[in-house]
Amino acid sequence: MAAQSDVTPRLLDCGDAAFTVEFGDRVDAALLAKVNALDAAVSRMQSAGHLPGLIETMPTFRSLTLFFNPLITGRAALIEALQPLFNASAPASARGRLWQLPACYEGEAGPDLAATAQAVGASVEELVALHSGGELRVYMLGFLPGFPFIGDLPAQLRLPRRPEPRVRVPSGSVAIAGGLTAIYPWESPGGWHLLGRCPVPLFDARRESPALLAAGDGVRFVPVSTAEYHRLDAAHRTGELDPTHWLRTAADAGRTP
Amino acid sequence: MSGTPELEVLSPGAYATVQDLGRRGHRRIGVPWAGVLDPRLMRIANALVGNPDGTPVIESFDGGLQLAARGGSVRVAVAGDAQLEVSHAGSAQKLAAWRSVTLADGDVLRVRQMLTGRIAVVAVEGLALPQMLGSASTYARAGLGGIDGKTLAAGARLPAAPSAARVERMLGAAPPPSTAPIRVVAGPQADHFSAETLAAFADAEYRVTTEADRMGVRLDGLALTHTGSPEIVSDATVPGSIQVPGNGRPIILLADAQTAGGYPKIATVIGPDLPRVAWARPGQVLRFALIDAAEGERIARATEVETLALLSALRPLLVGGIDEAALYTANLVSGVVHALASDVRPDNADQARA
Repeated sequence: MAAQSDVTPRLLDCGDAAFTVEFGDRVDAALLAKVNALDAAVSRMQSAGHLPGLIETMPTFRSLTLFFNPLITGRAALIEALQPLFNASAPASARGRLWQLPACYEGEAGPDLAATAQAVGASVEELVALHSGGELRVYMLGFLPGFPFIGDLPAQLRLPRRPEPRVRVPSGSVAIAGGLTAIYPWESPGGWHLLGRCPVPLFDARRESPALLAAGDGVRFVPVSTAEYHRLDAAHRTGELDPTHWLRTAADAGRTP
Repeated sequence: MSGTPELEVLSPGAYATVQDLGRRGHRRIGVPWAGVLDPRLMRIANALVGNPDGTPVIESFDGGLQLAARGGSVRVAVAGDAQLEVSHAGSAQKLAAWRSVTLADGDVLRVRQMLTGRIAVVAVEGLALPQMLGSASTYARAGLGGIDGKTLAAGARLPAAPSAARVERMLGAAPPPSTAPIRVVAGPQADHFSAETLAAFADAEYRVTTEADRMGVRLDGLALTHTGSPEIVSDATVPGSIQVPGNGRPIILLADAQTAGGYPKIATVIGPDLPRVAWARPGQVLRFALIDAAEGERIARATEVETLALLSALRPLLVGGIDEAALYTANLVSGVVHALASDVRPDNADQARA
């Protein structure tokens, strides 16, 4: 939106060694573009050696958090250096890659399928069709190593988190909450609704890029049976199948694997 | 003597991991820093054994850790208010923390108990471990760092360097314990709470619950009411973030915490005071004091000056007024045993010399 292009971001304190530049409080592609533009501009400035003491940045849907070493620099010095970048225009965004990720929406793989279907007023089949029906986009990574926040789901699937988070969400769980979907790369506690399981490992520290997915990538879920899920899971574990197997080129983007 | 000596974990005690200063630069793909919860203890322990700053250490919670030298002598040092014991040739001797000690092949070091706090840091001379994503710190959830990406278990072996030094070192004076309020900076989502709620938070006493580990510390006490929704669109967390979920009870995030979160964060504990949160035992009461971010930076710099002063006060260990170097020269073979024979604390040594 043109009216938003010169909005002054809010600066939020995060203790003695970080602060957040907040462009808004919503999931919104326009906010994300501003975040990514600032992040890219900060990265260029840091590469040129102009931001001593800056440790790293963390881009989210709507904000960029800067972590710094207070023995070398400070909040005031960094803000002064970065102020001219706050309205940096977004670089022509390179089109992300497209992934078609298998997901098993059956039985114990999707413990919340029935309850979620009921909550959104659909049959389980309709719920699966809604979740796997469109090309989605990775907004950001965070929470756990390789954990992708993916959106936007069809409006009908917008649900708040579960009132009682689970203590243990199995790794590979495909889950939804707040109009977004995610895949848990690791077993962890979690409050999202579990619809299925994806057998593709999303993080491997031995790879040059440890996280399989990157912000900006397209994702489409492809339903597979329980038997196929187990076959793919085993193939990934033995190394017979590489996770990049699920990468689609632009040419075969419309096809199913 | 052949090969390099090792330190064998006989028991990890309550919980022990290998940590260094943590891995930076990967929060954007969801990888927390991990790293030692009290960097000052790590620096002291490494300095005592002569390691370069940043050498990995063993971080142990709540005592019970037992380590044995294998295949040669291994020099170690423990920082933290711990009561230690070293067993040599079947006889056990008490030992103070804040000093180095050389374990002969087969000697066993035990962290018997923590006198205050929860954390003892053990440095091992020459400890060398492979790095993953730029750090040897253990982050077990994703199998990163440490020994095979796991928390330490009985049987784990850490490669050490043959101990070359003859003179043990001690810290001039242990850092004084503090019971002052934990200093916090309001934000990033302090505006999700009323001014009265923020003031009440700063006035209240919170009790540490049993849900306290390297990820974070859940507190019990005054429930904090959000002015609006208890959920936000996820944004970045930092070590020290104080999240307030729907039940109103704060959670302070530590080194292994998630890198993004959907709960409003009322305030952030400053780095210099975060180790005191990690030390706090279940049942212990914490109080908070609000400061501004610039004051937080000033405290961080002042704390570094204090740490450098502590590190500059390392000196050769004196036993009963006798320079230990002379002791070793006179009796090389049983030198280790002599050094263990007296329960030397840094302050006792001061008195002995006076």
